[in-house]
Amino acid sequence: PPAHSRCDWIGPPDRHSHLRPVIFYVPPEESALERRLREARQEAQASNQRFWARHNRAFRQEKEEFIYSRLKAKGLEMKDESGQKATLNAEEMADFYKDFLSKNFKKHLQYNRDWYKRNFRITFLMAQVALVRALRWLRRRKKNVEQ
Amino acid sequence: GLFVWRLRSAGVRQTPCRFVHLCRMADDRLITFQYFNFLKRMYVTQCNRDLSQRAKPKSDPIVSPFHELQQLDQEKKVVHKISSVSPVHQSWSETSGRNKWRELKSAAETEDSVIAVGAESKEDRRWKEMKLQLDDLPGILARLSKIKLTALVVSTASAGFAMAPVPFELTCFLLASLGTGLASCAANSINQFFEVPFDSNMNRTKNRPLVRGQISPLLAVCFAACCGVPGITLLTLAVNPLTGALGAFNIFLYTCCYTPLKRMSIANTWVGAVVGAIPPVMGWTAATGSLDAGAFLLGGILYSWQFPHFNALSWGLREDYSRGGYCMMSVTHPGLCRRVALRHCLALIGLSAVAPVLDVTTWTFPVISLPINLYISYLGFRFYRDADRSSSRKLFFCSLWHLPMLLLVMFTCKKSVLEREDKGGSHEAAMEIRLP
Repeated sequence: PPAHSRCDWIGPPDRHSHLRPVIFYVPPEESALERRLREARQEAQASNQRFWARHNRAFRQEKEEFIYSRLKAKGLEMKDESGQKATLNAEEMADFYKDFLSKNFKKHLQYNRDWYKRNFRITFLMAQVALVRALRWLRRRKKNVEQ
Repeated sequence: GLFVWRLRSAGVRQTPCRFVHLCRMADDRLITFQYFNFLKRMYVTQCNRDLSQRAKPKSDPIVSPFHELQQLDQEKKVVHKISSVSPVHQSWSETSGRNKWRELKSAAETEDSVIAVGAESKEDRRWKEMKLQLDDLPGILARLSKIKLTALVVSTASAGFAMAPVPFELTCFLLASLGTGLASCAANSINQFFEVPFDSNMNRTKNRPLVRGQISPLLAVCFAACCGVPGITLLTLAVNPLTGALGAFNIFLYTCCYTPLKRMSIANTWVGAVVGAIPPVMGWTAATGSLDAGAFLLGGILYSWQFPHFNALSWGLREDYSRGGYCMMSVTHPGLCRRVALRHCLALIGLSAVAPVLDVTTWTFPVISLPINLYISYLGFRFYRDADRSSSRKLFFCSLWHLPMLLLVMFTCKKSVLEREDKGGSHEAAMEIRLP
């Protein structure tokens, strides 16, 4: 994002976590409240990024391992004659999906609790910041009218 | 004759200037057209992508822009050939010049639209300002409130209103529909607010406004409040308190029960079916002001319909659900998923047969609706037996037209008010005849 810009910038989805990274703009006259908001958002972004990148990587890896083990059990190779990667059909993959979901169930419960808490906190801080800014703007207008 | 000759000679002398002038004009227009076509194309492709993702989550849009670019290169060459030959002929008359300009314009348009398609995927990879664009706001809010789903919900509520055994009141109908629509917008916005990181990881939902940063979470919550509070207030004050209470309960059920439950247990599907069943009940209570057996019947029909609809849809999304951590029957209990879908297809036949018993419709309704109910049950059976992608897709697409058709047939077979009162006794009938 250009140096003179005065707002946050959001980028394309990350390759591993599929989340869109945000670069936060730090205004020179940032108040304590605004700084708390920005830090909360940065922290949430980092935590989400960590979780999903690791989770998606684990998914891909375990999927590969599953396909490999099933193909070996059937006596096939990873690449067939035409050189294309051999895949299993949806029914066979269903076993893997069910397994993966149940294995990560507790992890997801924990993440959900975490995410909801963070989301509420960030939105509440946003509301506070918006309110303070609105009051400041009203006060400035009153001053301008009086002058 | 002389006059024409003069024009011609003047034209010929000015040939190069005219052509250059035309090119310059075309250039300016090119830029504005680029902008407009880009916006148009973005909206159209997004609509298409939304619809197509529902059916084929693994669709690959990357192939087509390159294909189109190749075709366009050839087109461009042809256009340039024409432009080099025609300047001499062009200046003969104003109209031919305009034609030439139109050719350039159409070439520019097709070029721009292809560039737009290619650029759109590039746009997705660019860094963008997180600032609210006011011109895009209607589109953003439409996507935030899932306007197409809201429209479907409002139509089921209107069906409930229409089926109620009371004389039709237009203002009440419009107010009830508006209130239901606003409540649905609010619920959908809150749902998207809760699900941002999960939506980013699923193919079907990764283009939602909150995921793309087009709107801030605070604004989404404010929008939900601005829809929900007036909507429920409207229902409570202008229609009746029962409808308002049902609306508020439905919003609560959807946002606070269904959305978190999706990640905790497969029971979410049943809760979701209740959420879908409440709007027609709301329509009915808006008309009559009370919860009759007919309201429950309509709710029951929609409840049963949700299962073949959703279970078939979720069959193709198992990978995304598994990775995203959603507890859906299609992933954890595939056999149950198919059994439940079939069970509820058959229940639809049963419920349609109960309709005349409750005086909601005449006996023609179960007879006329039998073919479509049998067809969806057949597809449900195929899905149960084959359990593959094609049978699930067939069942899903059937459910999309089955519901509107069933409701339409139901409405045409509705038992008229006078007929119903006839049963109640002679003096009651005398009273009813006085009513309009």
